[in-house]
Amino acid sequence: MMEFSEIFFKYKDLITVAVYGTAIMLIIIGLYGVLLKKHLVKIAIGLTIMDSGINLLFVAVGYIQNGTAPIFSPGHEGDAIRMVDPVPQALVLTAIVIGFAVTALALSLIIRLYKHHHTANIDQINSLKW
Amino acid sequence: MLKKYIIFALIAILGFYLASTFKEIPFGANRLGDLNDPETVSAFYLQKSPEDLHVANAITAIVVNFRGFDTLGEVTVLFLAVTGLTSILYRKEEEEDEEERLSIPSSSLVRTGAKILFPLILVLGMYVFIHGHLTPGGGFQGGAIIATGFLLMLITYKTFFTNHNVMTWLESIAGLGFVIAGLYGLIVYGSFLQNTAWTGNLNDLLSGGLIPLIYIFIGLKVGTELTSVLDILLNIKPRKK
Repeated sequence: MMEFSEIFFKYKDLITVAVYGTAIMLIIIGLYGVLLKKHLVKIAIGLTIMDSGINLLFVAVGYIQNGTAPIFSPGHEGDAIRMVDPVPQALVLTAIVIGFAVTALALSLIIRLYKHHHTANIDQINSLKW
Repeated sequence: MLKKYIIFALIAILGFYLASTFKEIPFGANRLGDLNDPETVSAFYLQKSPEDLHVANAITAIVVNFRGFDTLGEVTVLFLAVTGLTSILYRKEEEEDEEERLSIPSSSLVRTGAKILFPLILVLGMYVFIHGHLTPGGGFQGGAIIATGFLLMLITYKTFFTNHNVMTWLESIAGLGFVIAGLYGLIVYGSFLQNTAWTGNLNDLLSGGLIPLIYIFIGLKVGTELTSVLDILLNIKPRKK
């Protein structure tokens, strides 16, 4: 069995591409859903996917090789040198809550629009178009 | 059709630039610098959190103390979202019809299980936000766990309703408590949300000065707000034909 650090060192390029690639792909898939889908719920799903991609990117930038969680629990008081960057994690904690609020508000607007227009297709909701 | 190709081109350009930007940032590299003589913000936080504040969880120290004002704004955003949701989905009393909230009744297995699990989920949520400065977790996570417990009850029992008076009072007291804790720092130490001088010992339950108190307020506030979102969204009844 190889240690995790050995695996990390051996496949560093591959892991970098996998983590950043996943995050960037999530952002792109979400943007695609927001820009090209016609159903309002699908647009909201695209927003949440984009949100998770950005959060993943943030946490990935803060990762430190072989790092531990930034918590000084008993027995880990001297481990500050090995801890991952705590600032992106705190920012992502904020971003997740704001993302939840945005999703809840978007869904309630969709429910209202659906009740008014009897459809959730943005091509058929065109009463503001002239 | 042309619009579609333009959008695909835009997405491709964005993806290319994101990829070429993050190619320059090595994954897993240590960017914190020297922890004893901090030059970066992260190193400063990692050094101050156990030494000055005596808070084991560095993320809690950042969220509640170093960036506490930011968190106050965040809690306000959550509150505004719930207010907006309520006002958008508001229905007058006379519009109420006789439709049940749930069309499918849950089985007795689910009902018994929910009754047993509900208090345990509440206790777990409270544990998570009371120990927010010692273990992973905190106010937001604990609040979300509490809301999960209420979601379980709301989708299992047709007759389970949350008490809106209690929720309003709890949320108001929690929000006021956060602001009062901030004003205490302003009056006694001269800056808003300044922590107390007494911070206890590292890894004690009573440590970190005002941080556990503020995180308990945040936990209560987030729990009630998420519960009211679920309550409002689940109480939408099918439209009368």
